Amino acid sequence: MDLTYTPEQEAFRAEVRAWMEANVPAAPLEHFDATREGFEAHRAWERTLKSGDWGMVTWPRDYGGRGVDLIQWLIFEEESYRAGAPGRVNQNGIFLLGPTLIEFGTPEQKARFLPPMASGDEIWAQGWSEPQAGSDLAAVRATAVRDGDDYVLSGHKIWSSRAVFADWCFGLFRTPGTERHQGLSLIFFPLNAPGVTVNPIRKMNGHVGFAEIFLDEVRVPAFNRLGDEGQGWHICMATAGFERGLMLRSPARYQKAASKLAALYQANADTVDPAIEADVVRAWMNAEAYALSIYSTASRLIAGGKIGAEASTNKIFWSELDIHLHQTALAILGPQAEVLPQGPDAHGAGDWLEDYIFALSGPIYAGSNEIQRNIIAERMLGLPR
Amino acid sequence: MDFTLNDEQRMFAETAKTVFTDTCDSARLRQLMETDAPRDDARWEAVVENGFPLILLPESAGGLGLSETDLALIAEAAGYAALPEPLIESAGVAAPMLAAIAPDSPALADPMATIAIQHPINPFVVDADRAAVLLLHADGATHVVEPSAVSLERVESIDAFRRLFRVTWRPTAQTEVSRDAGLWDLALDRGALFAAAQALGAAQRAIDLATDYAKGRTQFGKPIGSYQAVKHQLATAQVKIEFARPVLQAAAAEIGHGDAQSRARISHAKLVATEAADVAARTSLQVHGAMGYSWEVDVHLFVKRALALTYAWGGPAFHRARVAQRVFGQPTGPDQTFAREQIHA
Repeated sequence: MDLTYTPEQEAFRAEVRAWMEANVPAAPLEHFDATREGFEAHRAWERTLKSGDWGMVTWPRDYGGRGVDLIQWLIFEEESYRAGAPGRVNQNGIFLLGPTLIEFGTPEQKARFLPPMASGDEIWAQGWSEPQAGSDLAAVRATAVRDGDDYVLSGHKIWSSRAVFADWCFGLFRTPGTERHQGLSLIFFPLNAPGVTVNPIRKMNGHVGFAEIFLDEVRVPAFNRLGDEGQGWHICMATAGFERGLMLRSPARYQKAASKLAALYQANADTVDPAIEADVVRAWMNAEAYALSIYSTASRLIAGGKIGAEASTNKIFWSELDIHLHQTALAILGPQAEVLPQGPDAHGAGDWLEDYIFALSGPIYAGSNEIQRNIIAERMLGLPR
Repeated sequence: MDFTLNDEQRMFAETAKTVFTDTCDSARLRQLMETDAPRDDARWEAVVENGFPLILLPESAGGLGLSETDLALIAEAAGYAALPEPLIESAGVAAPMLAAIAPDSPALADPMATIAIQHPINPFVVDADRAAVLLLHADGATHVVEPSAVSLERVESIDAFRRLFRVTWRPTAQTEVSRDAGLWDLALDRGALFAAAQALGAAQRAIDLATDYAKGRTQFGKPIGSYQAVKHQLATAQVKIEFARPVLQAAAAEIGHGDAQSRARISHAKLVATEAADVAARTSLQVHGAMGYSWEVDVHLFVKRALALTYAWGGPAFHRARVAQRVFGQPTGPDQTFAREQIHA
């Protein structure tokens, strides 16, 4: 146990801070799910990051990264959120598929896909769920038929985040004739390939943040399959571990929000119910607990450990703390809570509302919290199925 | 930055868990409960033989010179086993305090001895009658007194293994050993930290008892542990445990700073570990159904221990106020996780 940063880690923080202060856009960008312009503005931010060599700091240098460890990744995230940097439009790529590619990909696949992922030149969507395969993901029906050096993909994917404006998609496909967890493969396809139709789906916040994707005999090279044919479920679970357990929701996000919440409470302390203070303190504690847990996980992974079922405890914890934190902000705002951010009377209140509406999706995406509780009960506690 | 326990720490914790659970089986706990004896001598000998009382004592006082991180692991194991003897308050709070002010005290030289402490935050003193000496508080000063020199009145706790006493005494110049009020702040931090560690252990035991029961108990033709209504309650409690543990570990590692941040971390750990114990114990009770409400099944030991630990060494209101002081009085934000106190001129 040594909870102090090394001089190298402090120097890294100073370097990130100086770069962020010089480069973070003064005005917030339009949301990447709202319009094509917002999406492309975020792609430009990814390219700016890459120009500073910050594309994905944990990846090896050969693949567009800096080769730093997970503690430095946490420091990078902390400084990004501290500086109010734009969100990462390529999170499906850099946080989910990227680490999975590094674990399971061939050298040729890594060389082909990681550098343009790190630079924002190729932005990724995910294609896991189908109309009949939500929580029961092993019910996937979309097929991949081998034809020489190619696969021919057919089926119907849905709830694909970023798919409306993204360039590439990774999806789970079945070898015809197989069932459940067997015969699944993880395969990449370009979203502009012949036979791909993307229909935007509007979210409850009005953004077109996800889509349904129809694949009608879409031909891709077998090179686009990650891992062996039939290994898809295993690889998907590794990806889900990164998603739920480590990278998708960095603690800095909640620490920044908790800090803003404390300031909001203090600014309104004369008028709000003092009982709200306990929730403000609780929100801060939750964010700290999540940060400490991630530092602990990062240290364990650096020492050679693996992400296991505890990824499910993380997903429950961050999704619930996010809702509680934003509900507390809305309670402070009171009658201002419902005012949309565009309105002349919003005075910044609308940001809390937008983030609250987004937080409501947390217990659903990346595997519903009910599924996570099943995983905890069955794999951590050993209860019968 | 390295947020991991080392191999020695993990092995020591594993040894403690084995020693405590081997010697705290249900029958033996109940025997002690019925005789109202202050300790199980054979168990206490095993505790002493393994060196647990010496962990926080400096090597100059014959101790192992280890850290709060090490003792917190032992405290967690003690909580897991519902250890009745006052190992944690004696070895974690009172003995190191005595070693700081009276390193030559004969009480420190006797390996079987326990030391009791009357902290102003607690109305009662645990195991005051069996202690070699009592550390008593008067206006910030520390007095060291033998139990025979004070008046003791037993106060019954719902937790049969917490032997509480009201201590009445008169401070004199002869009994005063130190005027360093900071000692009492450190004692409070250690007391709260190790109460949190015991609560975390108790929480995990409550879940483990319920999990075992839910695997074996059949209703509607299936183990009740296969039903989501049961699974999800247990998973919810397990999440609370998982997110209390890193706070506790950080609190133990940072206690030496003695600043607003370290105090808030200890208070945070105390709040969430005792909440986890409360939720886990009540969940265990619910999963056990009527069996859990019976005297015969051990669940009630953990329900009661969770209750006692929640209010010992500062209750939720006290600790929430300490966290609030840090949140509203020191910088917050993503780069402040391991920051230290900034003193305003």
